[in-house]
Amino acid sequence: MTTHSAMRFAILQFPASNCDQDCVHALRVLGSQAKLVWHKDTSLGDVDAVIVPGGFSYGDALRCGAIARFSPVMQAVSRFADNGGLVLGICNGFQILCEAGLLPGALIRNRDLRFHCEQVFLKTANFETPFTSEIPRDGVPIRIPIAHGEGCYFADAPTLERLQTQRQILWQYCDAKGAVTEAANPNGSVLNIAGIANERFNVAGLMPHPDRAVEGILGTEDGRSILKSMILALESRRASAVAAA
Amino acid sequence: MKAKLVITPKKAVLDPQGKTVANALEHMGYAGVTGVRVGKYIEIDLAPGTSAADAHNALNEAALRFLSNPVIEDYRLEIVE
Repeated sequence: MTTHSAMRFAILQFPASNCDQDCVHALRVLGSQAKLVWHKDTSLGDVDAVIVPGGFSYGDALRCGAIARFSPVMQAVSRFADNGGLVLGICNGFQILCEAGLLPGALIRNRDLRFHCEQVFLKTANFETPFTSEIPRDGVPIRIPIAHGEGCYFADAPTLERLQTQRQILWQYCDAKGAVTEAANPNGSVLNIAGIANERFNVAGLMPHPDRAVEGILGTEDGRSILKSMILALESRRASAVAAA
Repeated sequence: MKAKLVITPKKAVLDPQGKTVANALEHMGYAGVTGVRVGKYIEIDLAPGTSAADAHNALNEAALRFLSNPVIEDYRLEIVE
């Protein structure tokens, strides 16, 4: 295999996922391959990365993501992540990864009890990760839409301290100038957290939707930089694997 | 035979629903309310003749793994005849 062939993404599909097709489209726009993997499948197939998309898996019964995380495909995702594979959870996907214990913390009802569907600004807090390396470091926040009722990130104090010291906070809600303020926090998340990574930085989740922000016609292309970061990380992994072979 | 599971948000967790209900009670004139937490109640039917101890053990595990999220919630489990 050459280093030039497209990266292959698995996009999970649960009952009531609704951003699975958006993810497939976004990745194809960026020149990657994307295939849907049904929640009952026990294997991901031969893929380079996994995206757990947004939606309302199982109608958000019990808690968002609580049922989806026990589906057969999530066992495969856990193994994939344990082996160092790149996994990104978007919105409901973030909730599922937290419920599954692949990411710390939990997402609870928005502080104002309202569903928020709007564009937000994000400050990138760590550029040295497979999910953020291609985000411009010019101090200008990226602009990406959110659409959630349960996006208030919570973790206990020791967990938050660990997230900070290990630089696992990837994105924080901020204002148009990049200031992380209470007014710019749409849902009450602690420390304005919009997205985090695990300790190994191979699993990440965020409430905003990069998949809905890759084409100008939708108002912002800033989501590209997140998905491109993953693609670049995969290309460099593949190049080193080829060099080592 | 039934299991009754009461799930409440942990003290440290923001409970905007509870706060809204507390405010409403105050506006309605119910004095002396110092706090409200809104949680969940789950009632589980169990086959007759099930051992209460076995049911408690099994459902305690289910409560920790699935029915509650220990990151944000506390629970109280009770088995009743």
